[in-house]
Amino acid sequence: MNNVVLSEELSQISRLFLYASMAIYTFAFLADALNLASRASQNKDARARATVTEKAGLFFLIFATVLLAIGVVLRAISVARVPWGNMYEYAITGTLTIAVIFLIARIFVKEIQFVSLLISGFALLTLGAATTLFYVEVASLMPALQNYWLIIHVSVAVLATAFFNIAAALSVAYLLKTAGWVQKSKLAFVKGMNRLFGSFPADNKLERLSYRFNIIGFILWTFTLIAGAIWAERAWHRYWGWDTKEVWTFIIWTLYAGYLHANATRGWSGKRSAWLSLVGFAAVIFNFVVVNLYFKGLHVYSGL
Amino acid sequence: MSSSQPSNSRDIEIDSPEIGIRGWARWFWRQLTSMRTALMLLLLLAIAAVPGSIYPQRSADPNGVKQFFEYNPDLAVVFDNFQLFDVYTSVWFSAIYILLFTSLIGCVVPRTKVHYAALKSQPPAAPRNFARMPAHQIVKSRKAKVVEKAAVILRKQGYRVVTTRTAVSAERGYLRETGNLIFHFSLIGVLVSVGIGGGLSYSGQRVLIEGDTFVNNLAGYDSISPGTFFDENQLTPLSVRLDKFNVVFDIRNETNIGTPLDFKALVTTRIGADGEPVQGQIRVNEPLELPNAKLYLTGNGYAPIVTVRDASGEVSFSGPVAFLPQDRNYTSLGIYKLPDAKPKQFGMIAFFYPTAADLETGAKSSIFPDPINPLLTMNVYEGDLGLDDGIPRNVYALDIEKMTQVAGGEAKAAALQLETGQTATLPNNLGTVTFDGLKRFISLDISYNPAVGWILLFALLSLGGLMITLLVPRRRVWVRKTEDGFELAALARGDDPTLEKVLNDLTDEIKKAKIE
Ligand code: HEM
Repeated sequence: MNNVVLSEELSQISRLFLYASMAIYTFAFLADALNLASRASQNKDARARATVTEKAGLFFLIFATVLLAIGVVLRAISVARVPWGNMYEYAITGTLTIAVIFLIARIFVKEIQFVSLLISGFALLTLGAATTLFYVEVASLMPALQNYWLIIHVSVAVLATAFFNIAAALSVAYLLKTAGWVQKSKLAFVKGMNRLFGSFPADNKLERLSYRFNIIGFILWTFTLIAGAIWAERAWHRYWGWDTKEVWTFIIWTLYAGYLHANATRGWSGKRSAWLSLVGFAAVIFNFVVVNLYFKGLHVYSGL
Repeated sequence: MSSSQPSNSRDIEIDSPEIGIRGWARWFWRQLTSMRTALMLLLLLAIAAVPGSIYPQRSADPNGVKQFFEYNPDLAVVFDNFQLFDVYTSVWFSAIYILLFTSLIGCVVPRTKVHYAALKSQPPAAPRNFARMPAHQIVKSRKAKVVEKAAVILRKQGYRVVTTRTAVSAERGYLRETGNLIFHFSLIGVLVSVGIGGGLSYSGQRVLIEGDTFVNNLAGYDSISPGTFFDENQLTPLSVRLDKFNVVFDIRNETNIGTPLDFKALVTTRIGADGEPVQGQIRVNEPLELPNAKLYLTGNGYAPIVTVRDASGEVSFSGPVAFLPQDRNYTSLGIYKLPDAKPKQFGMIAFFYPTAADLETGAKSSIFPDPINPLLTMNVYEGDLGLDDGIPRNVYALDIEKMTQVAGGEAKAAALQLETGQTATLPNNLGTVTFDGLKRFISLDISYNPAVGWILLFALLSLGGLMITLLVPRRRVWVRKTEDGFELAALARGDDPTLEKVLNDLTDEIKKAKIE
């Protein structure tokens, strides 16, 4: 650790790969949007074309994710360590993880293909914010972060976020599909949406899929919390100190515990628990963006 | 029941207030231990935790609280009344989690009994109408001994099986409920050990300059915060000498210059009064573990060695003083108080720049954290140091209210400037100051919590329980012989997307089975 060699040049090359991946994610997003639009169409021929746009969307998504992966690896080499030491790195690694988890999950659960639009959209948003707002020059880690617990704790947190993200996307679909105003509306646009939702998995299937992603996310998050406490005990001489990041980790955990209970409570499964799944994910995003940038605390690693 | 009425008057008692209260109590208990209440309390707990991340907390950020009081004194008092600066020990936050855990106990104890009974009982008999079950199949087949075959197959798959002449009932995944109970009980374990550990633990701080020795008794600490049940005798007799503090700052990578790469404290410890000296090291993520004490490296800085002589050449002070770092390049602030100096007492506010450079404004600053071009500057103040009235004073601050500045700032004489080895003359015949050399100091946190092992154990148990309860499917399967084949049904506890597949596979296996 005493002889780190950092390379800002390499990091700039990595950034070029990120820009390229954003361009391709844009294509993926457009193809996915087109795909959903044609599925919503009244026109039979248009609906038949849906498979072409679906394939194109998938192709672009894979292509963009490969470019992103190269970008992330280059950044890791440029800083000579794991690429999640500050907010910029966390954002690009997190986006990559989400995309990869989605692509893997897609192999096993075909029905989630339609979530692709939200994944490529989310990737565009986070990569855009990361490369423009969060970018920091290559830097080594402060001694408190030089630890294998950084690798364990943060990588599992990123994984958990990926699962929560996909679950939240499924919950959005579920809420839109079951919303009364969507089903009753006479507006042509909403009617089109309704036809689109008709092509989604059945209501209870959506609900169960979202639940399955959330429970995996919850297990990973529980692990994140415990690993964080173990690390805090070594680095900050207390396992828990209600630092802002710790508070929000706890809030997220409690919200998702509530979500799991809601699923087992009559009158709370279905729409209400879907809302809870969204509230939980909103807290995850809040924890990442707002807490990192605006709150005081020991976890001030945004590097900004 | 304190009533002495004979039991045949029960009917009348229903209206009596005693039963009313008991009834209410029972109703309240049932409400408290319902899932809906658990859900509400969990969400409430999440919301109640939010303000603690918005407002500074005394436990994590006492200076923030002080600032809040300075900037918004009126609001701060109101907030303080609502315990908004101590959210996590506040009455309202505690009330929520205590209710939650009461509910939890009221929930899991009866469930444990039910589960224990279920573990000992047989799977329930096949329902009359299979079509009512979530998964259901009818198979035409001329296979013989379907019931026996199904029983063997299901047993092999870990089901608990009962057979009648015409039907098989099977159940698996009792572990799911076991996991759920382990999870919830472990949460109680975590809470209890956190509570006990908090009471028995202590945490103290000590600044240690190279060459100094820390002795583990109350006097050895600069400050200590003990738990409620802490006893001084808990402190193991031991001593720790700081031999050397090694630091590495990055000087090669352009974007990273001055970033610390490594901090390492080399120490010699002795356990007990006449223990053998043992070499050890403390790094940021690697506390030194000693019996009933863990030593953490929490800070570091410079301690310039200075000798002050009075006009007659008599030494009035000599030694290293820990300076507080002010920025990442270790511009550091140090205080000297010389109450016994002749002819009069004086004090100095000193700045140390490890690598001094001139700013455009003419002021000094440090541009690198290692001592490449060390410089010590001093402002001198004459007058009452305020040490004689017995009030304890902060060693890191000089109260200059009743003092006159005689060097630096507006004073006639300029501030003293010393490079290593140099001597400067103090104004007003106060004597001389020599900058002899440089040491480093570390801030140590010495703490011990006897319950961390237990907390970790329960936390891991709860994680294990959680994985079991969320990932192990619990289901019942029934197979019944019909006139022209057999019929299957399955029912799951909670979410189980694979029920149909389970039945398909079972059908295939029964068809393939070759037992006679
Ligand atoms: C400290 C607060 C609590 C936390 C963090 C918590 C957390 C959880 C979690 C994560 C689950 C999901 C596991 C599963 O679905 O099997 C769960 C399930 C469950 N919890 Fe809790 N719980 C708490 C308190 C309670 C209380 C107070 C009750 C009783 C009223 C309760 C009753 C249950 C029940 C019955 C289930 C099983 C639901 C099912 O069958 O799917 N929990 N709990």
